Amino acid sequence: MARLGIDVGGTNTDAVLLDRGEVLAWAKHPTTPDVSSGILAAVRDVLGQAPLAPSEISAVMLGTTHFTNAVVQRRDLARSAVIRLGLPATTSIPPLEDWPDDLRDAVAELTVILPGGHQFDGREISPLDWQALKQLAEELRRRGVDTAAVTAVFSPAIPTHENAVAEFLTAHVPGLRVTCSREIGRIGLLERENAAALNAALVPLAERTVRAFQQALSRLGLEAPLYLSQNDGTLMTAEFAARYPVLTFASGPTNSMRGAAVLSGLSDAIVLDVGGTTTDGGALVNGFPREASFAVVIGGVRTNFRMPDVVSIGLGGGSLVGPDGSTVGPQSVGYRLSSEALVFGGSRLTASDIAVAARRARFGDPSRVAHLPTELVRQALATIDQRLAELVDSLKTTPGAVPVIVVGGGSVLVPDHLEGASEVIRPPHAAVANAIGAAIAQVSGEIDRIVSLEGQTREAALAAARADACRAAVAAGADPASVTVVELEEIPIAYLPSNAVRIRVKAVGDLRGG
Amino acid sequence: MVWELDEACVEALAIGAGILGTGGGGNPYYGKLYVRRLLREGRRVYIVAPEDVPDDALVVSVGGMGAPTIGIERIHRGDEPLAALRALEQYLGQSVTHLVPGEIGGANALRPLAVAALAELPVVDGDGMGRAFPELQMDTFAIYGISATPAALADIEHNIVLFPRLRDAYTLERYARAVTVQMGGAAGFAFPVMSGTELRRVVIPYTISLAVQLGEAVLSARKEHTDPVAAALAVTGGSLLFYGKVIDVERRLSAGFARGTVRLEGLGEDRGSELQIEFQNENLIARRDGQVIATVPDLICLVDQETAEPVTTEVVRYGLRIAVLGIPAPAMLRTPEALAVVGPAAFGYRDVAYHPLPGTYGGDRLAAERSATTQ
Repeated sequence: MARLGIDVGGTNTDAVLLDRGEVLAWAKHPTTPDVSSGILAAVRDVLGQAPLAPSEISAVMLGTTHFTNAVVQRRDLARSAVIRLGLPATTSIPPLEDWPDDLRDAVAELTVILPGGHQFDGREISPLDWQALKQLAEELRRRGVDTAAVTAVFSPAIPTHENAVAEFLTAHVPGLRVTCSREIGRIGLLERENAAALNAALVPLAERTVRAFQQALSRLGLEAPLYLSQNDGTLMTAEFAARYPVLTFASGPTNSMRGAAVLSGLSDAIVLDVGGTTTDGGALVNGFPREASFAVVIGGVRTNFRMPDVVSIGLGGGSLVGPDGSTVGPQSVGYRLSSEALVFGGSRLTASDIAVAARRARFGDPSRVAHLPTELVRQALATIDQRLAELVDSLKTTPGAVPVIVVGGGSVLVPDHLEGASEVIRPPHAAVANAIGAAIAQVSGEIDRIVSLEGQTREAALAAARADACRAAVAAGADPASVTVVELEEIPIAYLPSNAVRIRVKAVGDLRGG
Repeated sequence: MVWELDEACVEALAIGAGILGTGGGGNPYYGKLYVRRLLREGRRVYIVAPEDVPDDALVVSVGGMGAPTIGIERIHRGDEPLAALRALEQYLGQSVTHLVPGEIGGANALRPLAVAALAELPVVDGDGMGRAFPELQMDTFAIYGISATPAALADIEHNIVLFPRLRDAYTLERYARAVTVQMGGAAGFAFPVMSGTELRRVVIPYTISLAVQLGEAVLSARKEHTDPVAAALAVTGGSLLFYGKVIDVERRLSAGFARGTVRLEGLGEDRGSELQIEFQNENLIARRDGQVIATVPDLICLVDQETAEPVTTEVVRYGLRIAVLGIPAPAMLRTPEALAVVGPAAFGYRDVAYHPLPGTYGGDRLAAERSATTQ
């Protein structure tokens, strides 16, 4: 059985057909404003190439930047209610306090803080106020609000208040879709609430978009289940994605690095994506990108999404070379490479020209760079190699040489022997690493809670957390036999003598029947 | 001298307080948003130089105690320390005239400002630590003999616990910490109480000004694309201890404190060397290739090498590229009395001697400049 991976980027829509990790066919088409036509074109293309009936495809995995772009560009956002449960705590910072004004104005129909939420030790901060909730429901009906976000203090550990309020509002406000923050985020109230509020604003768009994806696929006779990629490189069902579109944020770079891992067969390596203007580097640890440690800002809003820790330098195939070769980049001819570089008949000396002159690459017309002084070529190569070596070094987590996987259109710049690299690997099909990353994705379950170690051993607390994370992965569609814990973080709660510890566990497994 | 705090100052103060947090002290971001909102609502905050506080003033330190991890989830109600302050006033039968921060490093730099805005009280330009420390006997108020009690704690429901008399700050630390757990892991406090005369004797002066100037220097260096790390060093009087990449972080829990070790591998001029930093919430000791090069009470601050954004012991992780700043401690923390409480031995490093870093703490420099202009 084969898998179909699709990546809908801002510029291109890529599709790839994969059978047990082997690429059967791939295609790259321009992304269209309606998204669906671009998907149809790319998928038709790969289905045409492969001797495969649509019924032989077991699952379709789709990665998209569509929802991130909607937030960044402030378009297609719904007006929503942002409800926080935490009174009398949390009033010092009301919901959406630190948002850019234009986004808050576009999104917030109503914000309110009501009694509810829990303490870290499981006690209620205060009981839910049903009278106030009835009035809220009334207000939402009156204003015709159809999407809402609910965030309760410590809901990642104790979801009961969020669930109860979501159930109540869904029952009393016809057509209301409720986003529960615990489905999205970890501990960190403001960031989780921000993500939940962005999600609520995206739900109507997500419902339309996911429906359009599904219709496009069924027009091609594809009846396999559709999954969307999440920011952590794992999958969610299309139905879940329609309710939680915000989880697709940042899935692009993650998919690209996961794709590079699979194509190279390595799980611990440095990945360099060399483009026309910049090179983006990241580190793969256990097959997943290492995450950045700082709060991620999307469209001006702080969220607690973890992005891959990507470092960019201004060096790519179109980078301009200084007169003596001691500088390469950051200025670049960019997409005009195919007309302005010497080898393509242009007049600007670019990094690609140096690569051709040095016989690292063969494209364009090599005779147009034959006149370059040997010393200039040697110096420019040394500059390129040094900048790449510094980038690799800055990404490493341990001393010693590591494998380096090179992808992207400018990958010819990278020498076969790079300082700090144990080997340089150039996998085939690197141009569609994103779509491959989507196609091979697994499913995950995650828990994040604060537990007191009074009355239970640390081992028991960790074992319970691991088991719950595995159960969550199975509930998300994982084959129980394949589920393993990939991340376990245990953070002592500082400044408190109660022996409390925050435990975060993530388990992943292969998709059942995939 | 009295000056009014505006929104730009609050923005800068949050950055300065983060760096002076020496790895701990909690994130000033939350307090910043609160104070900013209060200012936007038209409330005002005035900062008073220590020498302009009347002898008979009634000064109280206010702020929050508890776990930063609680504070990022159960956001403060905001007026908990004000409730504690009011309880203390009621007990004393007197009205407080001035507030003073207990700790300029981290979240507690901002909280007194919010209380000041709500209560319409001026804030003294100074604090009790000049940085962040994990326990409350470690402030100069306690070190130089201000009675720890009466003291008050308040929670999100304004439940009050008042300590009329306890033996000393060590005892208050134990009792208050236990009460804080029952208050949900974070509480507002008001203590200790002192006169204007006493304040001038025990306060570390001009640390609010220092934190604001530090933040302003970093922000303007970022804007002008000059070196924010160099700018931070110039304002604080510090020097660059090390530049490197984090290659290992080890954390362990003991008695409510996050202890651990960060190892950095040198980059640039420090290539080939290794720096090891031991922390207990805050950074305590820095060893270069096994040799101690800086210890408490001097400030060991980890910042992002490009932006000078502080990197706390909670978020430090593999691969971060870090500049380690060594900032000389305030003179008030370098006396024998102070070193007995905040020197290496007080943190369990009995075999490590305190060798002061060269230079003058930025707040002490500001104090000297002020007294030179007034004389």
